[in-house]
Amino acid sequence: MESVSVAPVEIERPESSETPSVVPEPDVPWITLVHNDPVNLMSYVTYVFQSYFGYPKDKAHKLMLDVHHKGRAVVSQGTREEMERDVQAMHGYGLWATLQQDR
Amino acid sequence: MAGLFDAVPGGGAAVALDEVEVAILRSLAVQLIELVGPGDEPVEGEDPLASLFAEGPSEPPSDPALARLFPDAYGGPDVKPDDEESRAFSAEFRRYTENDLRTRKREDALAVIRSLDALTVAGEGGAVLKLSPEESRRWLGALNDLRLAVGTRLEVADDEEDAGELYRLPDSDPRKPMVMAYLWLGGLQESLVETLMP
Repeated sequence: MESVSVAPVEIERPESSETPSVVPEPDVPWITLVHNDPVNLMSYVTYVFQSYFGYPKDKAHKLMLDVHHKGRAVVSQGTREEMERDVQAMHGYGLWATLQQDR
Repeated sequence: MAGLFDAVPGGGAAVALDEVEVAILRSLAVQLIELVGPGDEPVEGEDPLASLFAEGPSEPPSDPALARLFPDAYGGPDVKPDDEESRAFSAEFRRYTENDLRTRKREDALAVIRSLDALTVAGEGGAVLKLSPEESRRWLGALNDLRLAVGTRLEVADDEEDAGELYRLPDSDPRKPMVMAYLWLGGLQESLVETLMP
């Protein structure tokens, strides 16, 4: 008989009914979304993500491409107050941004 | 290359501009200030501190270019028109952020006008405009706001076909000068971004 690994390949995620003990997160995080628009330059959007969020060039570039190809990207996550600050900053840069709860 | 920004060793950027280019940029910056709207300098006789506590508007601007410059903070493109919660949150956000945002955009455009006015355009050769890193950031903001305003007016679309049509207008089309200005501003902004890339 072959030896069988007992290590689980993947930890099963308990869902719904089986886990009544899970307490809902007191504060579900909020996210800042940047939406695509036909005017903003790709280089400028990358620049904004680098200079405001301090993201490395690769990450900023990838987020910009997500905005461009998928129509939007999550650029930051945190409390509602933090996300309002980020959205205000994005509007200052002329990017189209909104915040919402990460449902 | 003429008409594009180059990085200046030690920080900042420089661009060669001729008399006509200076005049167009200045005129566009003035129009941007007019679009962005009233200064919130205190009315004469009014308590100057009052403006510090003045509330901003709660409704999005009806002008499409202004609505693009000052978008709703909640909802976005997928928002349903009857989403009362998003509307209420956006209205509240707008009341305490829009005035500041307008001030900042006016100041960026003013910085553009000031640096253009400080230029001495010498005859046919034009002049070289030199910007400090701080001025570069203000210019970058103003150029972007201008492109947003002009692009909204021109109804610039992401769609390749529509965009292509806009860029191949016959000379007789009344939109042609604005399209040329839009493309030129894009080149200026693109080259300025490159000088600022961290």
